[in-house]
Amino acid sequence: MDIFIGILEQGMIYAILALGIYITYKILNFPDLTVDGSFPLGAAVTAYLMTNSGDFVSVITLSHNPYIICVYALIAGSIAGLVTGIIHVKFNIRDLISGIITMTGLYSINLRIAGSANVPIFNYDTIFSNSLMGSIFPESLLKYKVIIIATIITLGTKIILDLYLKTKSGFLLRAVGNNQVLVTTLAKDSGNVKILGLVIGNAIVSLSGSILMQQQGFFEITMGTGTMVLGLASVIIGTNVFKKAKFMKATTSVIFGSIIYKAAMSAAMDISFTKASDMKLVTAILFLVILVFSEGKKKKVKADA
Amino acid sequence: MLELKKIYKIFNKGTIHESELFHDFNLKVEKNEFISIIGNNGSGKTSLINIICGSLEIDSGQVSFDGEDITNKKEFQRYSKIGRVYQEPSIGTCTDMTVLENMSLADNKGKSYNLTRGIRKNRIESYKERLRELDLDLENKLNVKVGELSGGQRQAMALLMATMTPIEYLILDEHTAALDPKVADIIMKLTEKIVKEKKLTTIMVTHNINYALEYGNRLIMMNQGEIILDESDFKKNSITAAEILSIY
Repeated sequence: MDIFIGILEQGMIYAILALGIYITYKILNFPDLTVDGSFPLGAAVTAYLMTNSGDFVSVITLSHNPYIICVYALIAGSIAGLVTGIIHVKFNIRDLISGIITMTGLYSINLRIAGSANVPIFNYDTIFSNSLMGSIFPESLLKYKVIIIATIITLGTKIILDLYLKTKSGFLLRAVGNNQVLVTTLAKDSGNVKILGLVIGNAIVSLSGSILMQQQGFFEITMGTGTMVLGLASVIIGTNVFKKAKFMKATTSVIFGSIIYKAAMSAAMDISFTKASDMKLVTAILFLVILVFSEGKKKKVKADA
Repeated sequence: MLELKKIYKIFNKGTIHESELFHDFNLKVEKNEFISIIGNNGSGKTSLINIICGSLEIDSGQVSFDGEDITNKKEFQRYSKIGRVYQEPSIGTCTDMTVLENMSLADNKGKSYNLTRGIRKNRIESYKERLRELDLDLENKLNVKVGELSGGQRQAMALLMATMTPIEYLILDEHTAALDPKVADIIMKLTEKIVKEKKLTTIMVTHNINYALEYGNRLIMMNQGEIILDESDFKKNSITAAEILSIY
């Protein structure tokens, strides 16, 4: 039972990450490696704001409140996306390289923001454990607290995204990933639309970094490694498994994809000879297996590589 | 009026493959003209329309719309006055989006793409009306993704979308070349109808000499970056396809 709760908790939190990557990879058609930096960026910002709460500035900016901290994480991530977007669009650098540049720079920035490579926050209020949550949740539901809160945030993000993708701005974003020339002939600067997509995607990724960090109770500088692969795996599983389910929105598929992926990871790590340190290797192999078995996706990967 | 003045264009400048396409090239397109441009491959037809639209930079010269110098205007800015249909039907539409979403996207050209609803419900009937006129059964496929339509259906949509909002110029870049003869005829008739209705100044690049002669009121033939034939009264002078072919 506990293992299922763990899978659902992790699956729901990482689903937010997958939604962000869905925006850049699927909608924008942009293999964005910025996420390996913007995911821990959200966590680093959270670590900084929590451990520095109490001073005058934090009282004014409300940055001692874990919910407001999530907003700051969103903003930090959007700036990371903006930087990658500007590098790609304004300086004409290839998509992959633009993301790698930002990601590499963010490593140092994240260290500076967080203060050190490992920052525990066990003694601080988080979105999961604070006096308000303590009073809302009855004893019997405490076990499911993280799942419930993570699900609310994930569904909220999904609904906002769904609504956005139906607006005029959302239409243009979908168009630019599919057919950049069309956007130009609509007398719109396709570069700016791309930048907007990267801003939205990385803001969501950074939010998920903040939420994961609050759940696990500490920031560590290496938490970003493999974020792209992990999120992408969820996106690809979700969109392929539920390809035939036309009634289901892609964003919903991506959330289920994230849960399936976490279950698969959990099963793989359960095999007796795997150690905790094998995590990234298992991640990479699982991702490869998913790519090979998701027919039709093959061509695309080839074309992008 | 659209004007190209003293256009110079050199490809692969500074390399051993350097080749000059346009050398002091001039062209004046009067309002409401429908120009058909023909010429063999490499004659500069497509480069010419790319220069007009701003997708190809020139080395020197001037491009102007109605006397206003737009040489330094970016491609996307120029499209506020231009509608363009490409040879490949998928370029003129968004294949991942539905017919209705595509129509709405095009209908909003020139306005802000903001956070209001992408589909305006009160416009759906008018989209249906326009699609019905095409007689391609598209009015019953509003919620079908454009990628699932045939090439002809897509190109018809691309043409509708390019001309949906008020524009002055219509650029047709071999827009019937990828279609079968029957569908190509339908698209050409539709083109003529829209051009007349909206009083568009039109430039059509084509390899189909019959279309060049049948539609339009001015015929230009290009060779190696030069205009070798420019005939406004070809209908009166009854130039035939055979005559064109002899100088092709």
